[in-house]
Amino acid sequence: MRLSSKHLTLIIMAALIVAAPFFFPSGYYFRVGALIFVNALAVTGIVILTGYAGQISLGHAGFAGIGGYACALAPVHWGLPPALAVVLGAAVSAALAYLVGRPILRLKGYYLGVASLGFGILVAMVLNNERELTKGPDGIEVADLGLRGLLKDWGLNLSNGEFWYAFTGLCLVIGAWIALNLFNSPSGRALRALHGSEIAAGTVGIDVARVKLQAFVISAVYASVAGSLTALQNKFVTPDIAGFMHSVEMVTMAVLGGVGSVPGAILGAGILTLLPQVLTVFAEYEQLILGLVMMLVMIFLREGLVPSILRKIRGRGE
Amino acid sequence: MSEFLQFLFSGLTVGAVYALVALGFTIIYNASGVVNFAQGEFVMLGGMITVFAHAAGLPLPLAALAAIAATAAVGVALNKLAIEPARGAPVVSLIIITIGASIFIRGAAQLIFDKQIHSFPAFSGDDPIHVLGATILTQSLWAIGGAFAVFVGLWLFFTRTILGRAVLATSNNRLAAQLVGINTDFVMTLSFALSAAIGAFAGVLITPITMTSYDVGLGLALKGFAGAMLGGMGNPKGAFAGGLLLGLFEAMTAGYLSSQYKEAAAFVVILAVLFFMPQGLFGSKSTDRV
Amino acid sequence: MIKTLTTTVPAALIALGLAAAAHADIKIGASISATGPAAFLGDPEAKTLEMLVKELNAKGGINGEKVELVLYDDGGDANKARTFATRLIEDDEVNAIIGGTTTGASMSILAVAEDAEIPFISLAGAIDIIQPVKPYTFKTPHTDRMACQKIFEDMKKQGIAKVGLISGTDGFGASMHAQCKDVVGEYGIEIVADETYDPKDADMTAQLTKIKNAAGIQAVLNPGFGQGPSIVTRNYKQLAIDLPLYQSHGVASDGFIELAGKDAAEGVRLPGTALLVADLLADGDAQKSVVAAYKAAYEAKYKMPVSTFGGYAHDGFALMVEAITKAGSSEPEAIRDALEGITGLAGTTGVYAMSAEDHLGLDLSAFRMLEIKDGGWTIVE
Repeated sequence: MRLSSKHLTLIIMAALIVAAPFFFPSGYYFRVGALIFVNALAVTGIVILTGYAGQISLGHAGFAGIGGYACALAPVHWGLPPALAVVLGAAVSAALAYLVGRPILRLKGYYLGVASLGFGILVAMVLNNERELTKGPDGIEVADLGLRGLLKDWGLNLSNGEFWYAFTGLCLVIGAWIALNLFNSPSGRALRALHGSEIAAGTVGIDVARVKLQAFVISAVYASVAGSLTALQNKFVTPDIAGFMHSVEMVTMAVLGGVGSVPGAILGAGILTLLPQVLTVFAEYEQLILGLVMMLVMIFLREGLVPSILRKIRGRGE
Repeated sequence: MSEFLQFLFSGLTVGAVYALVALGFTIIYNASGVVNFAQGEFVMLGGMITVFAHAAGLPLPLAALAAIAATAAVGVALNKLAIEPARGAPVVSLIIITIGASIFIRGAAQLIFDKQIHSFPAFSGDDPIHVLGATILTQSLWAIGGAFAVFVGLWLFFTRTILGRAVLATSNNRLAAQLVGINTDFVMTLSFALSAAIGAFAGVLITPITMTSYDVGLGLALKGFAGAMLGGMGNPKGAFAGGLLLGLFEAMTAGYLSSQYKEAAAFVVILAVLFFMPQGLFGSKSTDRV
Repeated sequence: MIKTLTTTVPAALIALGLAAAAHADIKIGASISATGPAAFLGDPEAKTLEMLVKELNAKGGINGEKVELVLYDDGGDANKARTFATRLIEDDEVNAIIGGTTTGASMSILAVAEDAEIPFISLAGAIDIIQPVKPYTFKTPHTDRMACQKIFEDMKKQGIAKVGLISGTDGFGASMHAQCKDVVGEYGIEIVADETYDPKDADMTAQLTKIKNAAGIQAVLNPGFGQGPSIVTRNYKQLAIDLPLYQSHGVASDGFIELAGKDAAEGVRLPGTALLVADLLADGDAQKSVVAAYKAAYEAKYKMPVSTFGGYAHDGFALMVEAITKAGSSEPEAIRDALEGITGLAGTTGVYAMSAEDHLGLDLSAFRMLEIKDGGWTIVE
């Protein structure tokens, strides 16, 4: 029996997540791992939108903001348990993506970019300005998820860092599994058809608008859940989570790893999350190096790291 | 009445800033279809280089000229080193390259200059002009006049000069342009030099109003981009009118509604315009290529 | 090739580790916004810490032990600040932390520091950082609330009862705006106009026109930092508004006078620290020698004027050194206890008197009401 590439990807991912902690010299690495997983989850959403459906969003941080603030506000104002707040955030994001997406997705190229950018900025502005609700630019505290305490009662005593490493790792594997399934489903194939040519996809009977909208809504849910996980993990969230630079970061991670590939999303998220941690010695040069990396990858590895590397390997094998 | 007039002046001042930035986007967009996210950095460089050249002893007009020339050189370098090697790359890649360039230039400016806020004196002093109980600073008039001059210049360039038409031809169909003898590489280089120079010129005009520091570029680029989108991307008339309209809209919202939501209101208007007129107020319809 | 790698890499690592252990007995961690939107505040803070550590080690360190500074740049981002706090505590194993330029960053760091029981001195303004009191968290800047109180106290003395607010929408402006609205009632003062501007705005005449036309208005207050207040001050003069203008401690620097212009800044009042008026302090002033020494050293080293924010870092470091010296130990628990017991320590911001109930240790007297006259600072009181 031969494993499908989908299962192979998931098994390698899970094995890496489980094995890595044996090499961690200190608890700080669990934190970095969890950051990578959360970013990778959001970027997997971008892969669905940009890689599968060929649409560009410069406003996905807006959905992360909605997910994050749902976890901050729902438990305090409506007494919702934090786990349900994640679901609420995802539902609100999906609904907004549906409403905003219908007109936005008619636009093309830069117009879609600027429209989504405008949406992201609007969310950030509301989070900044509605002080009575969100406590404004200084940020707001977020309730504890409570799962760690529950595990402790069951005899599994994890440190905060270990718990979040494991939990976000699990979320990422589930997210990747869903994305890979989507990739191979009929609508996934329809999505990839779009990336080639919308008009061509339309002529072979694909409901272009509906499929694009689906991709937009699904990717919004990914971003929202990632935002919720960030807020819950930090027990604190600021409007920066919805900022333009966060949107750019997500797109860059996706494109760096390879915008059509889930492993690429994870690699891209890993590299760009690690980069600032590695560059602390050159903190002054961090921006310089980040900008340079972005340009060099786009010029020399146009498809992103993973597809380019795969091609090299295959090319050699033949 | 004087209240309305003051809001109007405020809007024109802010709008002139946006229009100047928006105009910088048009040439590169016309030549290559690339929205240059580093355009704001050109504006920053114009202001910062002038500040430091002036502090080093150059008289202000010379410092400004030096800044515009140096920024134009940065524009050429950006084209030669980052855009040209990536020819044929998809739109997302080009967006990322220019965003990368913007982060790179910002990082370099922070090292070469400093992280403080700077300004230099207004060209004709700080005394405001009084009109029917409202006031406007002379520097605002410089900015509005500058924006208008750039707009007229660009319009003449694109419609009356062979070079300008060559730029448009290159953007329409690169191969065809080459076939009729246009040196498209030269056209691209020229476009980046001109765009950067216009950006730096904007930086020189607005720094006495807005002040400058290494990180002003992104905010300015977003507003200028929004203005250009509102008017219709790639169209000098659209950039000029879109920038001014955006500024006026913000000032009127701040004056008559709430200053807290002036920007939100501006973005809502842009979204609305894009929904109903996807090509912007002055844009032309384009057809899709299969 | 492989053999040389396997032998040289561990050797190099051991050498590095030994070298670090040999001269670093006390490790102080710092996470500061040296870049990003708060770089204007964070840059002088980082510079100050680097300078002071070098000075201290040249003088032989604390109780004969050298101090190593582990400095990270969080860019003002709360998420990054939390990561760096985790790194400082779990990976670098620091004895104490200074930092958190913005309130959001400080809130993130303090959560990690409290969990790990590591003393933390914050450099951000909001009152939430130390109220309610958290065992391991201290801070050096006076709160926004105190700035509001100082300003309203002065207004009350001038017989001003109706004010207009024009606030920046950045963290600093928004937080101070909320605190001012909260305490204004205690002074019998009414807010009759309440406008905001974006920190990157180019012109505020629309908002100021509205404020100017508010009925009965007697003075205007502008909470904010960065270029915004300079533009407000210029627009104020442009509109020839003939009312007292109060700025916040966010612009308490010589740079403000320069940016706003000497003419426009004339008569502006703001609550500032002793650092701004080092030369004007009375000879008997407890802060005089500290302030003069810091100002001279910083300006000589970096060729730029000192800022209030660098002063916060100076005080944070001075408190830390004092606490470690007194405790005679660099154990986090001992440092915490010693910090809480510090009284009468003169810093650039004020004279600190910490206690179990007060982890700031400053009162309103730390602020001095200043007025700009002829392009320079004067003390009002």
